Amino acid sequence: MKTKKVKRRVSAPARRPAKLWQLRLYVTDSTPKSLTAFANLKKFCESQLKGCYRITVIDLLKQPHLAKGDQILAVPTVVRKLPKPVRTILGNLSDTARALVGLDLRPAD
Amino acid sequence: MKNKGSKTTSSATLLPKCPTGIQGLDEITGGGLPRGRPTLVCGGAGCGKTLLAAEFLVRGATQFGEPGVFMAFEETEAELKANVASLGFDLAALVRRKQIAIDYVHIERSDVQESGEYDLEGLFVRLNHAIDSIGAKRVVLDTLEALFASLPNEAILRAELRRLFRWLKDKGVTAVITAERGREQLTRHGLEEYVSDCVILLDHRVNDQIATRNLRVVKYRGALHGTNEFPFLIGDEGISVLPITSLSLNHKVSRERIVTGIPRLDAMLGGQGFFRGSSILLTGTPGTGKTIISANFAQAAARRGERVLFFSFEESPAQIIRNMHSIGLRLEPLVKRGLLRFHSARPSLYGLEMHLATMFKEIATFQPDVVIIDPITSLMDSGTDSERKGMVTRLIDYLKAGQVTSLFTSLTQGGHVLQQSEAAMSSLMDAWVLLQDFEGNGERNRVLYVLKARGMAHSNQIREFLISDHGIDVVDAYIGPSGVLTGSARVAQTALEKAGMLASHQEAARRKRELEQKRAALERQISGLRSEHEASAEELRQIDEQVGRQTLLLTTERTELGRLRQADVLVAASTRLRSRNGRGNL
Repeated sequence: MKTKKVKRRVSAPARRPAKLWQLRLYVTDSTPKSLTAFANLKKFCESQLKGCYRITVIDLLKQPHLAKGDQILAVPTVVRKLPKPVRTILGNLSDTARALVGLDLRPAD
Repeated sequence: MKNKGSKTTSSATLLPKCPTGIQGLDEITGGGLPRGRPTLVCGGAGCGKTLLAAEFLVRGATQFGEPGVFMAFEETEAELKANVASLGFDLAALVRRKQIAIDYVHIERSDVQESGEYDLEGLFVRLNHAIDSIGAKRVVLDTLEALFASLPNEAILRAELRRLFRWLKDKGVTAVITAERGREQLTRHGLEEYVSDCVILLDHRVNDQIATRNLRVVKYRGALHGTNEFPFLIGDEGISVLPITSLSLNHKVSRERIVTGIPRLDAMLGGQGFFRGSSILLTGTPGTGKTIISANFAQAAARRGERVLFFSFEESPAQIIRNMHSIGLRLEPLVKRGLLRFHSARPSLYGLEMHLATMFKEIATFQPDVVIIDPITSLMDSGTDSERKGMVTRLIDYLKAGQVTSLFTSLTQGGHVLQQSEAAMSSLMDAWVLLQDFEGNGERNRVLYVLKARGMAHSNQIREFLISDHGIDVVDAYIGPSGVLTGSARVAQTALEKAGMLASHQEAARRKRELEQKRAALERQISGLRSEHEASAEELRQIDEQVGRQTLLLTTERTELGRLRQADVLVAASTRLRSRNGRGNL
């Protein structure tokens, strides 16, 4: 699987300061779990952080040394690097409520 | 690289083993841990699980050329390095040389949110990466159970652990997995369910305020192993397990004899003292002079140029030196010359095993010819009977293997239990000298005797020994009809005997004089009688002469008369006279 860089930089909405969210998604290969996780993450971001987020997908099979830095044990794992504090969510994000709590995003209306 | 440690692989039927390099553990397990399989090491807090695991890796890397991965779930890399540095392992250097890789795995549960499905592939990836980066043959997972605290979903975790152990086996690495001891099962989270090849249980227990660590191989699939509990120590050179069973009785013996420094005692031992390399037990009640005799022995040995190691469990070195000075033993110069070395420690400082290890280390570094342990009984207060016996056995065997002469003093209470209380220990000893007190007459005196001395003629006599400001004098104790007398009683008895002797001398002289006088009197009588006898003999002779003369006279007169009266009978008379005269001449 390729390391995808999804970058959206649209004009920031007025209600949210122009803060860039940096998210990392750790996966191993294109397993169904990885794909679901990516789809879910993207969905949350699009609905809540449109234009000010960046998702870095890291395939640990290709870059195993990167696992140490963010203390990755489980895959898929999403790490919110910015804004601080760093938050970690394990799983394919199929449990929306917990995923949003984990990312500290408001649930979609 | 592999062959070095896998002697056992030569036979196809035997399980290949991976030597740990940990002193004693390889002996118990018959060569090491099962190669290419995971081993579970479990135990409570502070048992030394992490150290055992770390030593397994370090020894593997340094002694057997097998690099290793340490995956730490509890300690950070820096903490780990600092912790094993206390065992003399330079982990940082090994990491730099790529012989060991450390990966600190940590998840804070509060920072983690769970949403949906996941697996622990990340852990596998990390482990795989670490193993491949240095070509590791050994892996340590310390303490894997920490994951149970950090990962919320136990079902996933268990499934993944099962997969992990399988994966480790497939990878062909020898793994050590540490786990906390559980209440009802071996491990808190039942890891033994997954690791079934080899399970080692560590235990840290306190008896009489003294802690001892024990190691037991609970399970070792496909191999013989020692099933007993073995005490082990964490010293500054790593872990050492001390199996008694590994020691055998086949040490060399010496015919050389060494003197004790007390000539009379040597004389009691066939005139030459003890055998070199023998073990000597010196028992006595308090204050019988055990330390003094030991110090004498030490001094004598050191003066011969031998190295003496003196373990004192009651007095400090300075105190011993001062006290011995008072009886004329100068130990200080010997200490300064490096021939005599003291090692003092309180027996309660640590457990028996630790004492033993410390003593082994001291002996190994100082290389003494003579070792004195004063007193062994202080050490014996701690631990159980079997532990004590085991310890003394190991110590004596260790000393004998190195041809070191050992003198143990042993403190006994009271007179009668003296011999039986030492029964356990005495069988290990080659010579046994007993010191005893004799009380009575308002004083206390010391005696000594040789209870046994293997392989040499020895005196069966009780000797009194006196301690004066010029050392020890052994003198004959008085043994007579009234028992053994010592001290002033002995002196009094000797005086008494002397007086008695004098009196009997005088008596004899008197009787001799009497007899002589009597004899003289008899002599005088005899001479009186003899003179009387002679006088009477003289008288007899005179009488005889007189009679002869008278007869002659008579005859002459008669002849004359006859001649005068009758001339005719003259012829006949002259013939008769001739024959009578002839008779008288006879």
